[in-house]
Amino acid sequence: MAAIAMTPCGDFRESYRADTTIFPTRLSRAFAIAGIAALCLVPLTGDRYVLSLMIQIGYLGIAALGLNILVGFTGQISIGHAAFFGVGAFASAWFVEHGAPVLAAIPLAGLATTAVGMVFGIPAARLKGLYLAIATLAAQFILEDFFARAQWFTGGVAGRVTLRPSLFGYSFDTDEAYFYVVLAWVALSFLAAANLMRTRDGRALVAVRDHYLSAEIMGINLTYYRTLSFGISSFFAGIGGALYAHYLLFVSVEAFTILFSIQFLGMIIIGGLGSVMGSMMGSAFMVLLPEVVQGFADALAGGMIDRALGLGNAVSFLREMAIGAAIILFLIFEPDGLAHRWRLIKAYWKLYPFAH
Amino acid sequence: MKQDTPILEAAQVSLRFGGVRALSDVSFAVERGELFSIIGPNGAGKTSMVNCISGRYRPTEGRILFEGRDITGLKPNHRAGLGIGRTFQNLALFGHMTVLDNIMVGRHHLLRNNFLTGMVYWLGGAQREELAHRREVEDIIDFLEIQHIRKAVAGTLPYGLRKRVELARAIALKPKLILLDEPMAGMNLEEKEDMARYIVDLNEEWGMTVIMIEHDMGVVMDISHRVIVLDFGRKIAEGTPDQVLADPLVKRAYLGEADDVPAGSEAETGAVA
Repeated sequence: MAAIAMTPCGDFRESYRADTTIFPTRLSRAFAIAGIAALCLVPLTGDRYVLSLMIQIGYLGIAALGLNILVGFTGQISIGHAAFFGVGAFASAWFVEHGAPVLAAIPLAGLATTAVGMVFGIPAARLKGLYLAIATLAAQFILEDFFARAQWFTGGVAGRVTLRPSLFGYSFDTDEAYFYVVLAWVALSFLAAANLMRTRDGRALVAVRDHYLSAEIMGINLTYYRTLSFGISSFFAGIGGALYAHYLLFVSVEAFTILFSIQFLGMIIIGGLGSVMGSMMGSAFMVLLPEVVQGFADALAGGMIDRALGLGNAVSFLREMAIGAAIILFLIFEPDGLAHRWRLIKAYWKLYPFAH
Repeated sequence: MKQDTPILEAAQVSLRFGGVRALSDVSFAVERGELFSIIGPNGAGKTSMVNCISGRYRPTEGRILFEGRDITGLKPNHRAGLGIGRTFQNLALFGHMTVLDNIMVGRHHLLRNNFLTGMVYWLGGAQREELAHRREVEDIIDFLEIQHIRKAVAGTLPYGLRKRVELARAIALKPKLILLDEPMAGMNLEEKEDMARYIVDLNEEWGMTVIMIEHDMGVVMDISHRVIVLDFGRKIAEGTPDQVLADPLVKRAYLGEADDVPAGSEAETGAVA
């Protein structure tokens, strides 16, 4: 009923094709295209700071999308996502080191991460709830340890230096150019995920989450779909990690901690579990929140409150605290995340200025 | 496949959970096109029997044959492809999905698109296939008269409608044999009449063989072709509704025997569940 209520008066679907579009109305579709067009113009403003934030939102958003497919859509918990993100980053750098062009190394890194994810996913497909959480925690620690020891793959404690992509002699070595690479991957990933969720295998994943016993009666192989979900999730984590590697140009073995994994979980909780667009909203929230806290602290700097609390030194703690506080507040007040809040806002404006 | 092979045959099926004997040596055969009911008092093993057929439980002894093929050890998800569908006694819908998606999940084993062709929706033929199946699903929606809740989230629906959506989902599997576990439990008279009509139509017009568990004797005796009665995991009677009703063992299972009940006791009326 919710979906019906969202279509404007007089907008009738005359074919099943028109009833299965990603965007429910013509207007929302137009807005999405206009939004992407507007994003294409961002590098022209020349604001490096905004650009770097948007690139971060982009690659973290792709990885968060992967985690959302696993946790939000399939209902399998994972607290090792940052480790898979790391596998993607190192794999891409490793492929480039061995002569692959960067633009090919990114999808290859995705596939390599899928393979690693499946290895951990196969035993995990038989576990649920807390037991699965512990198994993925093990994956996190095993991979972290692997990063530190596998010198051939990660460069050991020295980490790995890598390159920006180039195509037909044109190098994407500026942030402005690299932004378009990230944007293309974001658009492709989110389109693929939206398509997945309206076809057979996407529905099967949600069925496994909602009621695995009746899913099985419907002919759904639980082990296959739980493993598949791990694979898809790892693929997006790998793509995100690869884009991260070629943006920062240096991958350190210490970057992919359990705290980072929990930040990914925070993104999808805040954005909305089981919402494709929510993954992007959550990652935007997570990237921008520390900036807002920093801005707030800067504004207070030198004032009385600053002197009393010593904010100048404590701002890094404030960031962590703000993330924790945000997750708690969302769990209490908006457990369906920003995506749900966004739907409510749209519903409000549909009826504005009348209540009914 | 010979036409005279029973569509389903249970041969000496026993099921034990530790010391509890849920089913002992139950045998019966269901012919193609039959509307077959399993009745019995609470705890008689009816749902256990259906779970053995749908693959949720594996019988401790005995065999289940579907169209002459031994399916005793087959996993539940492989039975959908053979043509066995079921509904559950306690609702088992996918609560966060729309009604339409719930029913489309029923098409799972008939659809050929996978996650790769699904992701490139327009290129690999996934769209064409999904829309073709959507058309067939709409026929089921029309049949069960749930057009108005197509896009509703299944978890938000009232009980009677959820039961109907669950039936729709089972029909979407295109089963040859459909197992209905208490399709009318908790419904009012009007809803029961509707449901009975759907079941008869399924059997007669859609040509599905139906195995039904139901407590409402009026409905069972009215629409079933044949009935078996279970009591404490044993089959105590089998036959047409009239034969079963006349069976002294059945009377005893349901009503207790006159000698068992002290005169004037409340138990005489209380036992009629």
